[in-house]
Amino acid sequence: MSGHHLLAGFAEPEKLIAAIEKAREAGFYDLEAYSPFAIEGVAEAIGHRPTRIRLVMAVAGAIGAACGFGLQAWSAIIAYPINSGGRPLFSWPAFMLVTFELTILFAVVAGFVAFILRSGLTQLHQPLFAAPNFHRASHDLFFLRVTVDGDANAARDLLQGLSPIVIDEVPA
Amino acid sequence: MSGRPTTTPDQAADQTEARQGPLRGPAEYLPEPMSYEAITSEVMNPLLMTRVGRIWWISLLVSLALTVMMVVSILWLFANGIGVWGLNQSNIWGFAIANYVWWIGIGNAGTLISSMLLLTRQRWRASVNRFAEAMTLFAAAIAGLYPILHLGRPWFFYWLMPYPNTMGVWPQWRSPLVWDFFAIASYLIFSLLFWYTGLIPDLATARDRAAPGLRRALYGFMSFGWTGSASDWLRLESFYKTAAAMAVPLVFSVHSVVGLDFAAGLAPGWAETIFPPYFVIGAAYSGFAMVVTLAIPIRWAFNLQGLVTRSHLNVMGKMLLFLSLIMTISYATEWFMAWYAGSEAERDLVLFKFFGAYAPYYWLMLACNCVIPLALWLPVVRRTPKLILGVALAINLGMWLERILITTTTPSHGHLPSSWQIYTPTIWDWTLWFGTLGFFTLLFLIFVRLVPFISLHEVKQFDWQRRRG
Repeated sequence: MSGHHLLAGFAEPEKLIAAIEKAREAGFYDLEAYSPFAIEGVAEAIGHRPTRIRLVMAVAGAIGAACGFGLQAWSAIIAYPINSGGRPLFSWPAFMLVTFELTILFAVVAGFVAFILRSGLTQLHQPLFAAPNFHRASHDLFFLRVTVDGDANAARDLLQGLSPIVIDEVPA
Repeated sequence: MSGRPTTTPDQAADQTEARQGPLRGPAEYLPEPMSYEAITSEVMNPLLMTRVGRIWWISLLVSLALTVMMVVSILWLFANGIGVWGLNQSNIWGFAIANYVWWIGIGNAGTLISSMLLLTRQRWRASVNRFAEAMTLFAAAIAGLYPILHLGRPWFFYWLMPYPNTMGVWPQWRSPLVWDFFAIASYLIFSLLFWYTGLIPDLATARDRAAPGLRRALYGFMSFGWTGSASDWLRLESFYKTAAAMAVPLVFSVHSVVGLDFAAGLAPGWAETIFPPYFVIGAAYSGFAMVVTLAIPIRWAFNLQGLVTRSHLNVMGKMLLFLSLIMTISYATEWFMAWYAGSEAERDLVLFKFFGAYAPYYWLMLACNCVIPLALWLPVVRRTPKLILGVALAINLGMWLERILITTTTPSHGHLPSSWQIYTPTIWDWTLWFGTLGFFTLLFLIFVRLVPFISLHEVKQFDWQRRRG
């Protein structure tokens, strides 16, 4: 987020999606939408790339599985071999459960951490919160944020033409 | 609660049905299309503005007193050892392990319900998933206490953890008790993250709606600066749905391991291959019953009949009925296998269940788990809050009795007649048990005052999709 921003709040998701298309047609590309709930198609309309959070989770899950199985096999065979009724030390079927639990645990913790970090949720205050109506983005308004590089009036006119409920300026 | 409208939403729904015929599809679960304002204030107003009623304070005091009783029971146990319970030479598990199984069963259902309904696109889950997940967290945390208390030397519980130590000792990985530790710990962390992820956007709503001051600062901190941008929603949904897909096998594994604790015991009535699935079904059953038990007081206390409708109760009633039938088949399978396998000890144990020292409890359990829930065949029972609450309470009791009986019947009547001993709980068994019930209630009472107890963003999404058709 750089430069100067305008926020237009719409009453319904359909209007937001239409506004995104209009804004893109008019040549605005640094756009972002803010809404009280997840709306199918908004991220695509803006042009966000698909998230790779599942890839992170898959890799972390694989690491969890390897760590879990490796730890059990190593400690049961090398570090602390327990002869329990003559059963084989490398009794791998018995190790599968802990391996499975750690797969899930690693994947979910990594997914959560990735979600928090990538979404910037370590920063408790955002400049957007200073906009007078932005508190409604978690309630009943669907905002489109436009970055203004050149002519501020052109951007404002464009947004006015989309019949928003409010237009806010994000204080720099 | 004051300011109750003259017609309740239940009556309004009756009137609508009288005019237009029965509601179908999404309309069942959200009878009136609601404005965003209405949805937000329905959940946020009780949370932020209204003064809590006397009922809440009385409940809080009662549950606080019970929590003190729990703490005293634990201190008494620490001071005197596990001999204060009714344990004896044969019954070494007793109430502690039975209650552990019961609590973890309840703890399983919240996440199971929430994730299964998400994966099967049952959007009506939005009204119940939040408090079902909270129930999971509290119940699983309490469940985790019991095995530790039962250890005898509880201060060594961390020996279950694999860590390099000066003794050079590592856990016995072939033991279901070690599996238990990993299953419960993973499940608790998983449930916490899953629940909190869904909660972040609603905490942001609370932040934006609270008056400036301590509450706003608290919600601002808890919501991590959530803005609701499209890219954040994309990540949240991606993570949330993937986690939900992993939750289902995780839940199954957790209670399967609890079943294996018993099945690995090589005793009549325990060493059965049916145990893992039987325990999973039992967990889902008692957990669903607990969700109904909590949903009805909440919808009444906070006037949520428009969000938690009788159609929600109806579908949960059908689910309970279905699970009840599977429980009945599971019991019948146990009896049949005992006879068919031909082991004297197994056959004798089944006779002991029906006619032995614990017989009255066994019959009561069968009545609560297999017979009373048959009332749910009747639509009127499923749709009348008081009646379905009665059935759910019966199931809670029945499933608790089942856990107690599983834990005590086999040790009381094992292979060796010379060690047949009956389990008699002492006063400390009971105080700890009721104490944890009070603690659970206390946590729940605080929960409904602290965080949005209905998933606002999902209800709004559901409402929007519904209006769009």
